[in-house]
Amino acid sequence: MKTLAELEAIRDKAREKMNIRNNNSEAIRVVVGMATCGIAAGARPVLNAFAEEVAKRRLENVVVNQTGCIGMCQFEPIVEVLVPGHEKVTYAKVTPDKVARIVVDHIVNGNPVMEYTIGHIMK
Amino acid sequence: MRELSLYILDIAQNSLAAGACEIKISVVEDTNNDRLTIKIADNGSGMTQTQKRQAADPFYTTRTTRKVGLGIPLLRMAAEQTGGRVEIISKPGKGTTLTAEFVRSHIDCLPLGDVVSTLMVLIRTRPDVDIYYKRVLDSRSYVVDTRKFKEILGDVPLNNPDVSVWVESYLREHEIQLAGH
Ligand SMILES: Nc1ncnc2c1ncn2[C@@H]1O[C@H](COP(=O)(O)OP(=O)(O)OP(=O)(O)O)[C@@H](O)[C@H]1O
Ligand code: FES
Ligand SMILES: [Mg+2]
Repeated sequence: MKTLAELEAIRDKAREKMNIRNNNSEAIRVVVGMATCGIAAGARPVLNAFAEEVAKRRLENVVVNQTGCIGMCQFEPIVEVLVPGHEKVTYAKVTPDKVARIVVDHIVNGNPVMEYTIGHIMK
Repeated sequence: MRELSLYILDIAQNSLAAGACEIKISVVEDTNNDRLTIKIADNGSGMTQTQKRQAADPFYTTRTTRKVGLGIPLLRMAAEQTGGRVEIISKPGKGTTLTAEFVRSHIDCLPLGDVVSTLMVLIRTRPDVDIYYKRVLDSRSYVVDTRKFKEILGDVPLNNPDVSVWVESYLREHEIQLAGH
């Protein structure tokens, strides 16, 4: 069984890392639409997949967030990726199996996955 | 929506939109009485009598991007199609408690589904909000309170990736233990 003592150990490790990391770079934000239509279309596993992928790759500078309605129900689940200094990229009809590629290509390597973007899917 | 746990997420979104900083969720299954009861209580802005009546109406919403609110009417349909019901108690300035009751054995009763995934969305994206979760299956039960985690964590955020991974396995272990007897 998981014990609270394990949580203390995780805390202590995280503290060490917090001390050596320089926190002056602005975070990359991943924002998942979580209104009723987003949830119905599958936003929950998508958000958790982003968080898991970010944890797995130990990306320190990425925040996974949620928002209410983005206003385009038919394209849900919608995910916006905001890289500081770059234009916002909006992905549509995102599924958990698309997440790893968005994280690697876009968030790690800086190349948005054009074929998953809303502009591409609307065509 | 295919799982009751998705409705829980959706109703909790209402609590967040209402500015709640504490959400108490309970899922109680009583096999003798054939009931599954979900309760979501928040300390958000609450609703007046009129707002509450309107919230039962799919054409009422305070959202601005779409003309109808779907969350509560959908949940009400899911409950009533099993012979159950939804009740909302709300006080402006105090908060809202929504109770949804389902008849478990009814053919139209949706499965509870993955409540842990629902909790993880809330914990990961709103670590500032305190989540209390109580799960009861007949005589077995467990409680998880994120305040307790935060006390241990101190200045380390609850949505730290390593912390979240631990919290998720902690929840899943409890869920498996509750179900597996
Ligand atoms: N917990 C709550 N606290 C305060 N007001 C609430 C709460 N839950 C619902 N409401 C009010 O009732 C309205 C209807 O809620 P409902 O979930 O049905 O639709 P919505 O949230 O507006 O849109 P949707 O859920 O479809 O994204 C909300 O717009 C809000 O004004
Ligand atoms: S209501 Fe569907 S995207 Fe907002
Ligand atoms: Mg809603």
